[in-house]
Amino acid sequence: MAQETMGKTTLPQLLLKNARERSDQPAMRKKHLGIWRTYTWAQNADNVRDLALGLASLGFARGSNVGIIGNNMPKLYWTQIAAQCMGGVPVPVYQDAIAKELAYVLQHSEVSVMVAEDQEQVDKIMSIKDQLPKLKWIIYCDARGMKDYDEDFLKSFDEIQEAGRAFDSANAGFFDAEVGKADPDDVALMCYTSGTTGNPKGVMLSHENLLCCSRVFIAAEGIQESDNFLAYLPMAWVGDTAYGLIISMLTGATLNCPEGPATVMRDLRELGPTGIIAPPAVWEGMLSNLQLKGVSSSPLKRKVFQYFSDVAGRVQAHKIDGTAVPSGLSLANALGEWIVYGPVRDQLGLRRARWCVTGGAPMGPDTFRFFRGFGVNLKQLYGMTEVGGLASLQPNDQASPDTVGVPCLGMEIRIADDGEVQIKSDGVFAGYYREEEKTAEVMSADGWYRTGDAGVVNENGHLVIIDRAKDVGKLDDGTPFAPQFVELKLKFSPFINEAVSFGDGHPFISAMVAIDFENVGKWAEGQALPYTNYMDLSKKPEVIALITDEVRKINQGLPEVSRIKRFVLLSKDLDADDNEITRTRKLRRGFIAEKYGPVIEAFYGGAKDVELRLAVTFEDGSESFVDAHMTIQEAA
Amino acid sequence: MTETAGSGGGVKLSIKGVAKSFGGVRAVTEVSADVQDGEIFAIIGPNGAGKTTLLNMISGFYHPDEGSILFENHDISNTRPAQIAKLGVARTFQNIALFRGMTVLENLMLGRHVLMKTGVLAAFMYWGPAQREEVAHRERVEEIIEFLNLTDLRKTPTGALAYGLQKRVELGRALAAEPRLLLLDEPMAGMNQEEKEDMVRYVLDVNQEWGTTIALIEHDMGVVMDISDHVAVLDMGAKISQGTPDEVRADPKVIEAYLGTTDHKEVA
Repeated sequence: MAQETMGKTTLPQLLLKNARERSDQPAMRKKHLGIWRTYTWAQNADNVRDLALGLASLGFARGSNVGIIGNNMPKLYWTQIAAQCMGGVPVPVYQDAIAKELAYVLQHSEVSVMVAEDQEQVDKIMSIKDQLPKLKWIIYCDARGMKDYDEDFLKSFDEIQEAGRAFDSANAGFFDAEVGKADPDDVALMCYTSGTTGNPKGVMLSHENLLCCSRVFIAAEGIQESDNFLAYLPMAWVGDTAYGLIISMLTGATLNCPEGPATVMRDLRELGPTGIIAPPAVWEGMLSNLQLKGVSSSPLKRKVFQYFSDVAGRVQAHKIDGTAVPSGLSLANALGEWIVYGPVRDQLGLRRARWCVTGGAPMGPDTFRFFRGFGVNLKQLYGMTEVGGLASLQPNDQASPDTVGVPCLGMEIRIADDGEVQIKSDGVFAGYYREEEKTAEVMSADGWYRTGDAGVVNENGHLVIIDRAKDVGKLDDGTPFAPQFVELKLKFSPFINEAVSFGDGHPFISAMVAIDFENVGKWAEGQALPYTNYMDLSKKPEVIALITDEVRKINQGLPEVSRIKRFVLLSKDLDADDNEITRTRKLRRGFIAEKYGPVIEAFYGGAKDVELRLAVTFEDGSESFVDAHMTIQEAA
Repeated sequence: MTETAGSGGGVKLSIKGVAKSFGGVRAVTEVSADVQDGEIFAIIGPNGAGKTTLLNMISGFYHPDEGSILFENHDISNTRPAQIAKLGVARTFQNIALFRGMTVLENLMLGRHVLMKTGVLAAFMYWGPAQREEVAHRERVEEIIEFLNLTDLRKTPTGALAYGLQKRVELGRALAAEPRLLLLDEPMAGMNQEEKEDMVRYVLDVNQEWGTTIALIEHDMGVVMDISDHVAVLDMGAKISQGTPDEVRADPKVIEAYLGTTDHKEVA
């Protein structure tokens, strides 16, 4: 493995090498019509070749960009590599983005070809096509519902591949010549980061940037050819390419695409991947489901689950303190592994996972400890799109909820005088597309990437991220206030999906809470409580009481000054369509504070009720207003 | 899947002057209508107008007292339901008729029963032709599961599903029989707006993608008017109007049946 992962190369060359050396071995699987269908490396390469030449037959030239939109599927991964083969750059975008959002990214990235999964995505692009003068072709993968579309610029994926084969016989040697022209330092991928402020920026990553990060990760986790991964994260997120496609190309491990977004959790269990990376939101979702199942099962099961959860928690506490685990507890823990922890990991599809990584956003310590306690090798990783997705990682025996690990091999991290974390590695990006000024802003004079995060390196050499530097504030009396800390506490409750806390410059901490519709809904059904929709559910006195109870429980574990005094239940969940969070579920605090201004006023003005007119954006991008009436709740 | 053999003059289903009484109640009197090949045909009318009786006569649950029903020029007036199903007519029920303890997949596989040829013993042994047949049927069922976006519920018992989803599974079960004529009994009844929109989408997709002829009955005019090619209106067991949705909407008799007054200027 080691020798293969060394030496500069490009992704298309890597694919061709795999096709030669591993031709009959599985490269990808896609679950379709209930069956995992396998594509070998040779088939992978053939498909990429046909598509690449098909693009060439459309007049796709070096330096052009290809937009990609859809759920994880081999055809879209092939598109990524095919674009690179022809000297172009793939630009995967968030599949759930609304048309208005897409318009900016597609316009800015100047894509000339768009490859879309299905009719839904095609419709979205067609609705903004008049704003995209550079867009010449739209290619769709799934022909369902496309029968009545007769626009000339619409082509099916199969049609393009067919054209590619014809092009190949007419232009022998063209493909190899084009692939040969690529340089490891050419831009290989462009990911738009949905920043918490301003417009998204196109992060340009070279072949070498991407390969560097994947190689480092492969070495750190000992990834092998026999490994299996589930490709389920949005393709627009750099991690999906870096920790999926490229790892697979470097090691020969198999990349498995789920049947669809709704079946991910089922497919995960069926597959039992040997490693998994997920943002905190996914782990929190798994935990909420587990907690709810624990609560709603028979009394005996509930007691057993509760008992062994406690045991796991206590064992973790000993491990973190570095004290010896008493033998009785140790025995209970061993028993728990047999009757609770193992089966739970199996249910989640994590039984074979040697490494489980969280990254992209901070994770609450309670969530972290829960999974560790249940025998999941959960570790934190730190990295962002601009550095290829990886900078530091926790080694296996040094996992902790408080740090984000040690710098990876060959990567350097330093703390600037003002406390900012800065990174230098071969993964650091080539710049923002068409935004030289903004690129200059985030690069130090001596070539380090400035993350904008505040951090320190602790005595063990682990990096600790304090918070987004600008988010940390102070209460009136000078008590420091870290909003994320409070929010993560709240989100640990299975009934709370999102939370936003306030306190900077105010006398106490207050919070807006969005219920977890699914879990609260199930709870309501258990209570025989009828409800119609999110808004209705969030207004039920019983639900308000339930959440108040949760907030009080959370308060009990907090020092007096850090307690949440007043809170409100939002009548809708925070939504990326409404600009309240990013597509990777990061809060856009400035925007929220503005939009919910009256609520904040009510928190600190002492009012009991708030009337608010909220703009709501539907999935199709249309907008409407909803008048919301919210009642401020007292928690302490 | 739906190339129609022997449908003379493009008429899929021909209802000729049928009547049905239950004791002294004349549920349906002298109703005639032609359903064209490949169209969506709606039968609407207020509650108790005789819609379901008419549908039950088409699917063979009742036999008409008078008149006849021709499916692909083949008289099915006195044919038994199982036989009609074999001829290529599938239906859904107003009150969901699924096996609640069975999974979505199993319910759909059951829908293919009319198409299965191997005997009980061979099926039990799961060997040779029986196995090949089962695999082929499963593949078709999987296509329907994907078509109706039921992939995540494949292994879920239907009894645990929400009402709107059960309706969707019912549609899937009917589709599994690969019908050339699909009868839908109030497919949108009892659904919320979102579920209705989904169902409309699926009905349209079935019609457009697979070319299946669809006859559906509904008492809610709104949705039906948007998707149907032709509409027949029943009231008190008799057909009072027929035509395109626009024609029917403008017909004073329809307005009267629905609103109980004739001097109403505008409907819909």
